[in-house]
Amino acid sequence: MIITKKKPLEEVIDELKSYERVFIVGCSLCATASKTGGEEEVEEMKKKLSECGKIITGSVVLDPVCNLQKSKRDLKDFGVEISKSEAILCMACGNGLQTLGEIVEDIPVFPANDTLFLGEIKRFGVFEERCSICGKCLLTNGVAICPISRCPKGMVNGPCGGAKDEHCEVNPEQRCVWVDIYYKLKKMNRLNELRRINPPIDHSLRIKPGQHKVQRSVTNEPT
Amino acid sequence: MSQLKDLLERGKFVITAEVGPPKGADLREFKDIVRLLKGGVDALNVTDGQGASMKLSSLAGCVAILQEGAEPVMQMTGRDRNRIAIQSELLGAYALGVRNLLAITGDYPTLGDNPSAKPVYDLDSVGILLAASSLMEGRDLAGNPLKGEPPSFYLGATVNPNFEPLEIELIKMEKKIHAGARFFQTQAVYQIDIADRFMKEASRLNVKILIGIIPLRSVRSAHFVSKMIPGVKVPQGLIHRLESAPDPKLEGLRIAAELIRKVREHGLAHGIHIMAIGAERSIPLLLDML
Ligand code: SF4
Ligand code: SF4
Repeated sequence: MIITKKKPLEEVIDELKSYERVFIVGCSLCATASKTGGEEEVEEMKKKLSECGKIITGSVVLDPVCNLQKSKRDLKDFGVEISKSEAILCMACGNGLQTLGEIVEDIPVFPANDTLFLGEIKRFGVFEERCSICGKCLLTNGVAICPISRCPKGMVNGPCGGAKDEHCEVNPEQRCVWVDIYYKLKKMNRLNELRRINPPIDHSLRIKPGQHKVQRSVTNEPT
Repeated sequence: MSQLKDLLERGKFVITAEVGPPKGADLREFKDIVRLLKGGVDALNVTDGQGASMKLSSLAGCVAILQEGAEPVMQMTGRDRNRIAIQSELLGAYALGVRNLLAITGDYPTLGDNPSAKPVYDLDSVGILLAASSLMEGRDLAGNPLKGEPPSFYLGATVNPNFEPLEIELIKMEKKIHAGARFFQTQAVYQIDIADRFMKEASRLNVKILIGIIPLRSVRSAHFVSKMIPGVKVPQGLIHRLESAPDPKLEGLRIAAELIRKVREHGLAHGIHIMAIGAERSIPLLLDML
């Protein structure tokens, strides 16, 4: 899940300061779960912006925004409203924002949210980063705890010297992920996994921008 | 050839000390301290932006030590440089006469004086050791051949005998050894039984171990090290001694000297590593007490 948080309203109003007529787009997936861009939050934003003197030309919660072809089709129903707008406010993640920018080329698109990380919903309103999308998943030891994402230093061979009382030197409120990995492996009776030397990460696998095309398998093609 | 290696292999009880380069380009005071210490210690470690504070580089400090005719140990962290910079600096250090390397992951930038710096950590301590070992075999980390005679470092790393659970630290220590570490300088120890417990486990690993000593200067400094160094708890008895002593600094040196003598007399480790953290000028007095 892409975790987002709402920008302060003043910041959003500042982004929109030169525009009066605004169209609002929310997202049915991650932003709905993050409580930053679902139906409820879109309604709330409409109210708040109206109070600040904006004219809301319309709104939609796309399912999800980041599916380019689908969003293109779904937005066709709102052609009139969008053509009357001076700005689009996107209440999805940074990806959704750019998908909208690809679809609506002549109207500026602004973010209502800050995009934080790829994470887990622990419980209502609590999110934690879980994956840094590093291009080659290194969690081949079966322990299913990622040090690349959960250790500030991305240590690959065990804890740094700063782990104190099993907590992290960078954020003492957080447990040291390598101590957690150790306990889990010990419990699984697989401590030998910890002895394996992991080579430094291959950063050539994460050249920006990432691109991925699923190759159609030849055998599945109709003959 | 590393003199530190030579001494350790000949079985001498070795004494090393840490010196911090200045926050500035003036090396006069640093060199003063080197001159003051070089007669009494076997090698001097130069810190690499300790505590994530921006200071004159470890390599430049090492060269200054060589100019004074002493033996440097270059500390190298993975915090600020990627693997290209680390390997390039290692080659440069060897070419300039540095023979000892201590690999460290490095304190996180937000703990230091330039907290908005980009944390690099392309290589952690194990990765730095792998890179150095690879250079010593005439290849870089990617396998490309080096020109000319390859460098030959005496590779070291750190270990914390106070770490809980100790088993993780020992596993990590073994990994550092597999990656090339041949000597270890430990985090500060205040109780002989902590050193004992650690050495019982570590002595089978067949590497040279120098027990870390940070002399206490006051009750406040005792609380400070207990707070800052993972696992360290300065015993109440030592805090009482500092409290009731007319000169706590002197008492702190006496406490350190007692521990060093115990380590030496019990043949517990191969030497000691003194980290005076700003009070380097008191080291000769400590050495006189031994
Ligand atoms: S190793 Fe960690 S960051 Fe990389 S893909 Fe796997 S879970 Fe994500
Ligand atoms: S204490 Fe643990 S989680 Fe924190 S930086 Fe060090 S290794 Fe990573």
